[in-house]
Amino acid sequence: MPDKYIARSSAIAARMLGGEMMIMSAVDSTFFTLNETATLIWQAADGTTPLAKIIAEKVCSEYDIDLQTAAADVEHFVEELSKHGILIASDTPIPQKTASGAAR
Amino acid sequence: MSLVSEMTDRALELGIPISVHLDVTYRCNERCVHCYLDHDDHGEMTFADIKNVLNQLADAGTFLLALSGGEVFMRRDFFQIVEYARQLLFSVKVKTNGVMIRDAEARRLAELAVENVQISIYSHRAEVHDAITKLPGSLKRSLQAIRLLKAHGVRVTIANVLMTSNLFDDSGVLQLAKDLGVSYTLDPMVTPKMDGDTSTLAVRAPFWALQKALHNRELSGSIGDSCETAPIAADAGEDIPCSAGHNSCYISPYGDVFPCVQFPLPSGNVRRERFLDIWNNSRQLKDVRTIRNKHLSTCGSCSHVSTCSRCPGLAYMEGDMRGPSTADCQQSFARTGVPSANMIKRGRVTNPPPRLVQITAASA
Repeated sequence: MPDKYIARSSAIAARMLGGEMMIMSAVDSTFFTLNETATLIWQAADGTTPLAKIIAEKVCSEYDIDLQTAAADVEHFVEELSKHGILIASDTPIPQKTASGAAR
Repeated sequence: MSLVSEMTDRALELGIPISVHLDVTYRCNERCVHCYLDHDDHGEMTFADIKNVLNQLADAGTFLLALSGGEVFMRRDFFQIVEYARQLLFSVKVKTNGVMIRDAEARRLAELAVENVQISIYSHRAEVHDAITKLPGSLKRSLQAIRLLKAHGVRVTIANVLMTSNLFDDSGVLQLAKDLGVSYTLDPMVTPKMDGDTSTLAVRAPFWALQKALHNRELSGSIGDSCETAPIAADAGEDIPCSAGHNSCYISPYGDVFPCVQFPLPSGNVRRERFLDIWNNSRQLKDVRTIRNKHLSTCGSCSHVSTCSRCPGLAYMEGDMRGPSTADCQQSFARTGVPSANMIKRGRVTNPPPRLVQITAASA
């Protein structure tokens, strides 16, 4: 499977509230709350770390889940957020200028 | 319930200032007849001060940030402020008259992905709008700004204020918003100035105009939702009358913190104290947070208590933040035709104007 890279879009607003990440897309004003696992992936989406490495380090090592199951879940998550312009996914590393800073 | 409503409710539970209104200047290039501000610069915060405030707000959990004024573009560093706010991932709304927005400014606001730009339009007729703003050519320039922002994909809201000078133009402004493909909001109430000066009330719309606007849902939106009194909910007494100071607050260009832009109760200053120290420890904010509907003198037993738009800030300006706001009494009366407890108590029931055509059944 070729490497995939994900980066946070700059066209979003985000903040942690009570342990959950709130994200609003500036493209279509859709609003998401991410659970703990999804927040870890979103925060690790720096455009340069391969998605497979993020899954292995942030999901499999933290939770008792095998790589294949985790990858399927994360693929769905990435697809959903990409549709709303919240994450940018690419087969090549993504330059930093398109990615935003991590929310506090 | 929408996710945004869930978020604001959660912030209320956690005591987080999720929504902050920051005025970056009181200077303005318009001199609107109804404006509540003093436009002289008494030493507004520098860009460094504002960066510091924004860092603190991000750490405190603020998500929704309204940048307003005065006229925000009177600050040469306004785009630096927006850029910094967006780097910190605030959802930014900008309130402006749009007069200084040209193509480059519209493009930059789009690039910065601001959530919404609100532009004040008081009439679809230049002679009326420009007479209110006292800036010749302002309607033309504000409308041009809306078109440019739309062309760059920025969401725009037209904000109108009902007052004596534009009583017959609310439908015209609404139609203008429809033609331009933007949202529309109407504020039916002119408020006193922040220093308590009530001279602006001379242009407050008369009762019949308020009544007309509140009964037209297209014009007044959710404000006019309840045109009948609602039964008083069993637990209404335990409800907070307003979220000001609970999950939202206002910061002036001088760093003063207030519960809300309409609630001029000085609660601290971010140039002298950390924002979170003010938010958590201010005696004034703590006092505001103790208020429940059952503590409101007069209003607590009013038939409108469940549906009234009662503003504690306007009540504060009338002398008691636990007391009634007569402006909101008028709104409740205009919506429903039922006088508020305060109006009955004071004997100040303004009867609605008689109908022009009255039909009375003749007795046999």
